[in-house]
Amino acid sequence: MFIVKYIKNVFSAIKSLLVGMRRTGYYFTHHKEIITQQYPDNRETLVLPERFKGEVVMPHNENNEHRCTGCTACELACPNGTIKVITKFDITPEGKKKKAIDKLVYHLELCTLCNLCVIACPSDAIVMAQTFEHSVFDRNKLTKVLNNPDSKIMDGVE
Amino acid sequence: MVEEIGTNTDGDLLINVGPQHPATHGVLHLVITLNGETIKKVEPHLGYIHRSIEKMCESLTYRQFIYVTSRMDYLSAHINNHACALCVEKGMQIEVPARAQVIRVIMDELTRIASHELWWGAMAMDIGAFTPFFHAFRERESINDIMEETCGARLTMNYMVPGGVMADLHPDFQKKVKAFISFYKTKIDEADELLTGNIIFQNRMKGVGILTKEDAISYGCTGPTARGSGVRCDIRKIYPYEIYNTLEFDEVIETGCDSLSRYLVRLKEIKQSLRIVEQLIDNIPEGDFQAKTKAVLKLPKGEFYSRVETARGELGVYIVSEGGTTPYRIKFRSPGFSNLSALDKMARGSKLGDLVAMMGTLDLVIPDIDR
Repeated sequence: MFIVKYIKNVFSAIKSLLVGMRRTGYYFTHHKEIITQQYPDNRETLVLPERFKGEVVMPHNENNEHRCTGCTACELACPNGTIKVITKFDITPEGKKKKAIDKLVYHLELCTLCNLCVIACPSDAIVMAQTFEHSVFDRNKLTKVLNNPDSKIMDGVE
Repeated sequence: MVEEIGTNTDGDLLINVGPQHPATHGVLHLVITLNGETIKKVEPHLGYIHRSIEKMCESLTYRQFIYVTSRMDYLSAHINNHACALCVEKGMQIEVPARAQVIRVIMDELTRIASHELWWGAMAMDIGAFTPFFHAFRERESINDIMEETCGARLTMNYMVPGGVMADLHPDFQKKVKAFISFYKTKIDEADELLTGNIIFQNRMKGVGILTKEDAISYGCTGPTARGSGVRCDIRKIYPYEIYNTLEFDEVIETGCDSLSRYLVRLKEIKQSLRIVEQLIDNIPEGDFQAKTKAVLKLPKGEFYSRVETARGELGVYIVSEGGTTPYRIKFRSPGFSNLSALDKMARGSKLGDLVAMMGTLDLVIPDIDR
């Protein structure tokens, strides 16, 4: 009988729907199992893992000193031409010429955050920062100079 | 050049699905010839997300080109990176330390679980069930958190390097993965409850999109698409790489040849991947996570090929080297391209409404097809 089969089909479909709906109802009554985070309301408490690749930065110590020797290993390792190292020659107290960085220009808009520059750096001068809100109104603001003005190389870093 | 709109000389209707249609994944463009509601022909048009990755790789060194491949099949980014690293290691004859091999396999299998979870949610949404999408994303999110902690990124990790992995595991990694496994085991059967057991769902999948074993082989289908038609094609079993030959897992094969078989293969594969992770997570050997390699990698002159099993099928990497620091030519054999080519064969004669369900079970990732 076609009609009996049809009605049976309808009821079995409703039954299997209800099985699925029971799972939905379970979460409707168990709020603690919901893991949704309310960004940006939770910005103050948001903690990103320390390895999170947000952008490349150059840490400076309290005397405005960094660890970059200007060896251009990061520039060579970068697949996209994101980093440009502009070097100058400092005169040491002994009167010798010493290579140092003038500017380390970093183009965040070109960066794919692949971490190759950080692992290429022999003196650990650059690290990845855990920032991620990079949107700005002007594209030029994404081009950054990583070393602070008038910063020097740390003693003992070759 | 085909007509892209209107009717052809036989009086059949030509319609376009995509490239921005919400039912297609990404920017896939299908030109469908319809007779009434019956499909006479499906013609995929590609090129909307072509980034010339193969050409780009020719100007990058062997360390640099790996990151680009994360952007091909972004849902199994780890496995893409793995294939490239394997090919470079084959050329350089680098011995990968045991610890790095185990880490790679764990990461691959976690990626596979995450990819299949996303597929499950997206496919359910294709056929009109919205709830599974959120359930799938909850599980996938826990894997993304684990990845973020160790690799530093959620989607395009770039964690594999020639000779091993980029950094050692995070100290919390084992604890987090164990917590994920115990959490996931309580949730894994939700898939059956929500979707698989549903009569409406089964009626839409059973006997739809038939791809016979012969067709699957002749179209070059791989991965769960071919295994749903009864083809033995798991690269992890037939050409084992890394430590897969020492692991205990089953190659999932269904012989139904229809959409439901392909669906079941992927669901069962999740359980097999979980089994692999469980075997390895307590047995990560101590040692280096990276082999000592030269600062500048130069592959000897010749041709090198490696293949791995991604979440979608067989991914092949073919490098031609002239002996320099950059490859002379790179070719990727992507699984999605061959799987998509079988869509025409599957869809002919069926109704338009079933086409989206068939596409869903193929697990298409368009950037992988269109590189």
